[in-house]
Amino acid sequence: MNQSTPPIPAWGIPDPVRGVTGTEPLLAVDDLHVEFATRRGTVKAVNGVSYALNPGETLAVLGESGSGKSVTAQAIMGILDAPQARIPRGRIRFRGTDLLRLKEDARAQVRGRRIAMVFQDALSALNPVFTVGSQIAEMFRVHQGTSRRDAEARAVELMDRVRIPGARQRLHDYPHQFSGGMRQRIMIAMAIALDPEVLIADEPTTALDVTVQAQIMELLAEVQRDSGMGMILITHDLGVVADVADKIVVMYGGRIVENALVHDVYRTPAHPYTKGLLKSIPRVDRKGRELYAISGTPPNLLDMPPGCAFAPRCPYRQDNCTTEAPPLYRIGPTRGSACHYWREVLDGSHG
Amino acid sequence: MGRYILRRLLQAIPVLLGATLLIYAIVFALPGDPIASMYGDKRAPENVVNAMREQYHLNDPFIVQYWHYISGAFQGNFGRTFAGVEVSSIIASKFQVTLNLAFTALVMEAVIGVGLGLYAALRRGRAQDTMVLASTLVLISVPTLVTGFVLQLLLGVKLKQSTGIEFFPISGVADGLHSYLLPAFVLAGTSIAYLTRLTRTSLAETLRADYIRTAVAKGMPRRRVVGRHALRNALIPLVTYLGADLGTLMGGAVITETIFNLPGIGQELFRSVYERQQPVVVGIVTLLVLVYILANLIVDLLYAVLDPRIRYE
Ligand SMILES: Nc1ncnc2c1ncn2[C@@H]1O[C@H](COP(=O)(O)OP(=O)(O)O)[C@@H](O)[C@H]1O
Ligand code: SF4
Ligand SMILES: [Mg+2]
Repeated sequence: MNQSTPPIPAWGIPDPVRGVTGTEPLLAVDDLHVEFATRRGTVKAVNGVSYALNPGETLAVLGESGSGKSVTAQAIMGILDAPQARIPRGRIRFRGTDLLRLKEDARAQVRGRRIAMVFQDALSALNPVFTVGSQIAEMFRVHQGTSRRDAEARAVELMDRVRIPGARQRLHDYPHQFSGGMRQRIMIAMAIALDPEVLIADEPTTALDVTVQAQIMELLAEVQRDSGMGMILITHDLGVVADVADKIVVMYGGRIVENALVHDVYRTPAHPYTKGLLKSIPRVDRKGRELYAISGTPPNLLDMPPGCAFAPRCPYRQDNCTTEAPPLYRIGPTRGSACHYWREVLDGSHG
Repeated sequence: MGRYILRRLLQAIPVLLGATLLIYAIVFALPGDPIASMYGDKRAPENVVNAMREQYHLNDPFIVQYWHYISGAFQGNFGRTFAGVEVSSIIASKFQVTLNLAFTALVMEAVIGVGLGLYAALRRGRAQDTMVLASTLVLISVPTLVTGFVLQLLLGVKLKQSTGIEFFPISGVADGLHSYLLPAFVLAGTSIAYLTRLTRTSLAETLRADYIRTAVAKGMPRRRVVGRHALRNALIPLVTYLGADLGTLMGGAVITETIFNLPGIGQELFRSVYERQQPVVVGIVTLLVLVYILANLIVDLLYAVLDPRIRYE
């Protein structure tokens, strides 16, 4: 039936800004492949991911654990695990320059200064033996050669900005003396210290209590709004995305299976996997009902099946799904779906 | 903190008492008669033997003998040798030599062990790393006695014969620090090897930590990531090891001091066991136990300085 639809492979989100003005996006990941050499074989963690980010925009990257969200982010930062990691293909253009072609010292100019990152678990991501003040101040001291006193004064300002109570007194405390939420605020302070143009937040709230999660999301949205930077928000929780993100990419098995503007995804998901994710969000109006969970397990990255990686778990599966890998079909001016039967999914005839 | 130190010192008392009792019993159980052995091959005169056995309470049961010893020790009297010399004055005159030896060895261990370990960790999997690992294996598997005599012969005797210059004195302590260099290296040998391996593992482990990835993501230069963020954390287990090793080094001095003829408590201990000089053996071993306890206390205090997560009380 939908075989009549000509498959138009698309990479990344068809970019409205770029389309209209003809300028480069702030950051564009283009056909990125990342693999790891391990004892058990080559783990193909990222298999042709493309996405783009414009200034002032928040892009949410969604997908269950192991789908390659963090590895993509690490490739952007240039902090992939050496020496196992390899990038056999792809480009990461930052303001038009391919970061992957830069020499290490040129790359280091970008890292932390122009593209910064907030990690998931602030307790292990902060150095336990240094005070939080020195870890924040280090950004100014190392990158700008600021004196110790000035750097500390600016660290206090930053701690105030991320609303750590009694910032001045807490400058000389160690990470373990803070609560989880406060530690994540310190991570954020450190990341925004040098006014980066891109902030990558990798599951910034996953390790936190539910009540604190909302506060941290709010803080991130606020600093993003104030500074006008682009933000990549990695999460496996579709619930937190709606309020903060402008657009979404959904990853599965190291590929993008759907990309769209945020409200399109919520209204009409175009990929069975996204649909499953949406159904698994706890909702107030459905309280008491059992939560839906996508059955089955994620694909084995050591041995990816031919055809659609989601096929073993897919309620829309047809015979050709296990033989023909779906490209990322362009299904609208700002949308893509890597499903042969995206029309049926949009119509909601199954599931 | 003060209370913590006090508590630790109080805890040391039963340990020390137990150690003295144990050592006393071991020397008591050694075969042979101490008085007779003083006379070597000659037969000791009956009346002298009896008088001395009486004077040194050798005819009393074990526990009474121990009581005489320990009650004296509490009054600051650590007994006398059979020749009538006070044990405390023997120890006082020889302890310094052993301290010099052990601390020289400790410094060598720290500098060479940590240095080599860091070098290997930063070149993991390459030829230099393999070479360091192989040489540590050699150091660990060859007994101190062998390295001692071989180095004494090669670096001491042969080198002097072929060049005419004495690089390393091979006997005695007449040349100050210089005379300690070779024995200290021999004493530290195995420890250097273990510390090298520990350092290598510790740094490699630390370099995989999340906060190292954070430091890289912050744009810190590699020099700073390794030299500050990683090293500061990797050092913590090394300090513990070094502190605990001070006791091992002092104990190991028995062999080294005997090979290099250094007049320290190790050599004295060796001789005293041979001559069954009970009070000397017990005095020296108890002192070694005390050093061990103090070194461990200092390590625990240092630990709190190095790792802010650790608090006492
Ligand atoms: N250093 C590594 N060596 C081997 N495999 C790795 C390494 N880092 C990540 N991977 C693999 O890459 C896949 C994607 O990981 P990741 O990007 O962290 O997933 P997530 O979407 O949960 O962030 C996982 O299967 C993971 O096991
Ligand atoms: S291509 Fe087939 S298996 Fe894959 S998601 Fe679409 S319907 Fe399901
Ligand atoms: Mg992740």
